[in-house]
Amino acid sequence: MVELNLCCYRNNHLDKSWDIDTYISQGGYQVWKQVLSGELTPQEIIDEVKVSNLRGRGGAGFPTGLKWSFMNRHSPGQKYIVCNSDESEPGTCKDRDIMRYNPHQLIEGMAIAGYVIGASVGYNYIRGEFWEPYDRFTRAIMQAREAGMLGNNILGSGWDFDLNTHQGAGAYICGEETALLESIEGKKGQPRFKPPFPASYGLYGKPTTINNTETLASIPMILAKGGDWFAKLGVPGAGGTKLFSMSGHLEKPANYEIPMGTPFKDLLSLAGGVWKGRELKAVIPGGSSTAVLPADKALAMNMDYDSIAKAGSFLGAGSVIVMDDQTDMVKSLERLTWFYYDESCGQCTPCREGTGWMYRVVKRIRQGKGRPEDIETLKDVSGKITGRVICGLGDAAAIPVASFLQHFEHEFRHYIDHGCSIFDRA
Amino acid sequence: MVKVEINGQVVEAREGDMLIDVADSASISIPRFCYHKKLSIAANCRMCLVDVEGAWKAVPACATPVTDGMKVNTRSPKAIAAQKAVMEFLLINHPLDCPICDQGGECELQDVAMDYGDDVSQYSEAKRIVGDRNVGSLIQTDMTRCIHCTRCVRFGQEIAGLKELGATGRSEWMEIGTYIEKSIDSELSGNMIDLCPVGALTNKPFRYKARSWELKAHPTVAPHDSIGSNIFVHTRNGEVMRVVPRENEAINETWIADRDRFSCEALHSADRLTQPKVKAEGHWSSMDWSLALQVTVEKLKPYLANPEQIAILLSPNSTLEEVYLVKKLANALGINNIEHRLRQQDFSADQYGINQTLAMRLADVEALDSVLVIGGHLRKDLPLLNNRLRKAQLNGCEVNVVNPSGLDYNLGIEHQVDTLSLVSELASILKAANELVDQDNQVELAAVTFNATHTAIANSLIKGKKSALMLGLIAQADVHYSKILQLASQLAQTTGSSFSDLPAFSNTVGANLILASNSADLTNWLANGKKVFINVGIEPEFDCLLADQALRAMQQAELVINLTAFDSVSQQNYADIMLPIAIFAENAGTLVNIQQDWQSFKLFASAKGEAKPAWKVLRVLGNMFDLEGFDYTNTAEVLAEIKALNLSIKQPDYQCNLDLSVITPTPSSLVPCYSVDGMVRRSPALQATPDAQLTNPLN
Repeated sequence: MVELNLCCYRNNHLDKSWDIDTYISQGGYQVWKQVLSGELTPQEIIDEVKVSNLRGRGGAGFPTGLKWSFMNRHSPGQKYIVCNSDESEPGTCKDRDIMRYNPHQLIEGMAIAGYVIGASVGYNYIRGEFWEPYDRFTRAIMQAREAGMLGNNILGSGWDFDLNTHQGAGAYICGEETALLESIEGKKGQPRFKPPFPASYGLYGKPTTINNTETLASIPMILAKGGDWFAKLGVPGAGGTKLFSMSGHLEKPANYEIPMGTPFKDLLSLAGGVWKGRELKAVIPGGSSTAVLPADKALAMNMDYDSIAKAGSFLGAGSVIVMDDQTDMVKSLERLTWFYYDESCGQCTPCREGTGWMYRVVKRIRQGKGRPEDIETLKDVSGKITGRVICGLGDAAAIPVASFLQHFEHEFRHYIDHGCSIFDRA
Repeated sequence: MVKVEINGQVVEAREGDMLIDVADSASISIPRFCYHKKLSIAANCRMCLVDVEGAWKAVPACATPVTDGMKVNTRSPKAIAAQKAVMEFLLINHPLDCPICDQGGECELQDVAMDYGDDVSQYSEAKRIVGDRNVGSLIQTDMTRCIHCTRCVRFGQEIAGLKELGATGRSEWMEIGTYIEKSIDSELSGNMIDLCPVGALTNKPFRYKARSWELKAHPTVAPHDSIGSNIFVHTRNGEVMRVVPRENEAINETWIADRDRFSCEALHSADRLTQPKVKAEGHWSSMDWSLALQVTVEKLKPYLANPEQIAILLSPNSTLEEVYLVKKLANALGINNIEHRLRQQDFSADQYGINQTLAMRLADVEALDSVLVIGGHLRKDLPLLNNRLRKAQLNGCEVNVVNPSGLDYNLGIEHQVDTLSLVSELASILKAANELVDQDNQVELAAVTFNATHTAIANSLIKGKKSALMLGLIAQADVHYSKILQLASQLAQTTGSSFSDLPAFSNTVGANLILASNSADLTNWLANGKKVFINVGIEPEFDCLLADQALRAMQQAELVINLTAFDSVSQQNYADIMLPIAIFAENAGTLVNIQQDWQSFKLFASAKGEAKPAWKVLRVLGNMFDLEGFDYTNTAEVLAEIKALNLSIKQPDYQCNLDLSVITPTPSSLVPCYSVDGMVRRSPALQATPDAQLTNPLN
């Protein structure tokens, strides 16, 4: 039996779980107090986070402890901690429920992270379409200020820390960390060229650490129960629990917090299995930017970085999109290519021009006007985008195209040869 | 220094230099669109992707700093594949309208596509179309051709200091534009035409006039302000078609002002005077040169008995050779009344000497840390000096101004004193400075008061390690100009600043060199009149500060001889003889700029009609008066004669015997930047801009 909700969602079942009193009754803000009292030094915190094997939950999976150690706490000048709650990857909605049901754990995590890197100001960048989470989180900040957990000279420690929320305006690209910084600064959301990285030139040109919501919300529990506890929840390469947003053709689509390394089969049964008693056809394991996997490969994998990578995809943000055997893969890809076409920021050439090209070709195939050379063109174009762009969006747009063609090329061929989908055969 | 290996060739570079610069310095070409050495790095076009050993993907050379031992290949299969891929993406939505595109033949996209593009596109979907916007009379847009390199956007933000263009929308719908339809009003806007690598932004007046391969480029110098911007004039069959910048890091870098670019339209103006004309009994008749000059000599002779009755007004844009020959001819005939400082009314400081130059090299302006501009709208009057000053300001230089109100600055001003009386404010600053350095305040400053702003400005100059005072055209036009000079030079001394009385026009410095010894009292000539006026290259009613008086003086004179490029109704009214002269590219000569560079240029365009260069007219007149030493065959001979004189500027020593009690606030006068000379006034494109609509905003 898989044990659920051990970390970020641990309070979600409680009545008014977003209230500061509920959080405190569950031991909330104890770690923050410990940190402020000096019981835990920044270095000890970083060490503990390194022990925990916590890897960034936004999709890239970069070790969090290592990321924090890039910041020089004692360098002069303003520094910032930024939480990326833009959560715009198709298929993901895990961070939303942290902000809705357990916002104080995120606040505590951000406060601790700010303390570790020497940032007295934090920003939480929240997806533009999220109104309720924005509202809950903003109210939680006010409660935390009233309770003296944020502000100047917190609990007499001499340490200042305050948090701001920033609501996005509905652009996928603002989930990219440097585009997010531009957006906070009030500019057009476009990724910056790196280097310099945010750790040296971040928000308003100051050293900045950017972490995902789930990452930061995990911190208080890691410090409360120990890095070792967290590490042991997971697998050797990656510690802890992980939130998975189960969506698609499922009986019980929802967010599930399970230990890293749980077999996909178990996760699938948690979500009630494929709906309407149908067979599983394909799974996108980490959000639309990760490669689609056919059923057999998906059913054999475990939900951790290495196992999914071995299956040929990526854990990403843990956004599992399940497709049943009635799914038209050409239509699915058409929608996905539209998404990237629509969301490309337009800054650099391959992505701006290539996403539209791929969409138009897939659309034409779906309309029954495909040409024999189209599949080669798609492979060629997706390959030409990959690795030649400023940020990850171009690569992310190419991956679905390449993987759909890798595993389901026959469906595209059918459209091209017969002008209709495999389901319209009769 | 580090060593980098590019295509097997070892190149030395400074650590941290961008790969593209290092490759450029070694003449290894890397294709690029968004990169420009004068703009910030955008790395958005991806055309400069190259293969760096150890990097799994190709990296942009424009944004990759070199490190020691770096091995780069710009021609490896990986690099070529990346470059070709980007080229293909750039072309899929680019229209194939090169035959009707003005950029055709000088298009960076076309050039690079020759190397990296394929013959046939594998893209068969619909192409993007973008609606055009009217951005004014100077720049033609065709935004369907845009490749989104954002050079124009960065130029506006970083160089022009006006965020007039930006990118709206995203993905394929990203558009470069003004968002709300409006004109692009920067005085440097034309540079965006050069920066645009494709035909999205082109020269509007030049549109469809010629193809680039029909044009011949001739190096010359822009004659509209004292910067002496280096330019290329493009001609077709001897006819001037357009002007583009010629790079000179020491003068104009890679930029030119819009005035320098667009005023060449005036060469083809319908106003051009194409034949000598003489008025007899109220009627104008054209005649050939020999006859016209004979009439000129005959009409002038009776007045030579009393040459005091003759005044010569000379354009400050005349070449050094022309100024010299005017003086030589005049002095030989006994005429001493020659003046080129037509926008000045107070000449009483002449007794101390004249030095209107920049007290440093233009490039050194960037290193200043405190500047006080007095009576100068540098942005409009000397746009490229202002550009240097803006760079200094962005580097932390404090810029303070004492100016009439209503001026528009494109750089951060620390303290702005808006005033009707430059001299009073200057006195206050001087008094504040004297107090700060514990210097006795002179008796004449006794009644002067000052406030915190004056002290702050004085303090900024004192604590600046490289501080400078600059007087502009507004100060020179002030009725108390001499007092301003005296106060300003004292202030410079007290605060340890350099002092520049900025020359405004393209040969102000040269004309001062040659004419310094001449007595001049323009104000008096215009107020009390002269029997004879000889105007060289000017329209007194537009080029004189005291325009009304000037017009009246012309109308009341007995004889007015105009050597002019342009005909006009008002001239026909008051003049008696009009001799057509060649201007700009139709002429050869030398101009001395703000930093005393003597820049000679050649003649390469045929003059309109029978117009002749003024130096030739003056030479023939010299011959007709039977004067010695007028046998030149070219301007080089004249120049050699001038050089032999070893003229130099003497540093004036302004005595301070001020009487400040009589100062009354007088409205300052501003020369709208598109009214400065006859050519600029006759460029329809410039005249259609908001800057030309601007009459004196102070009245």
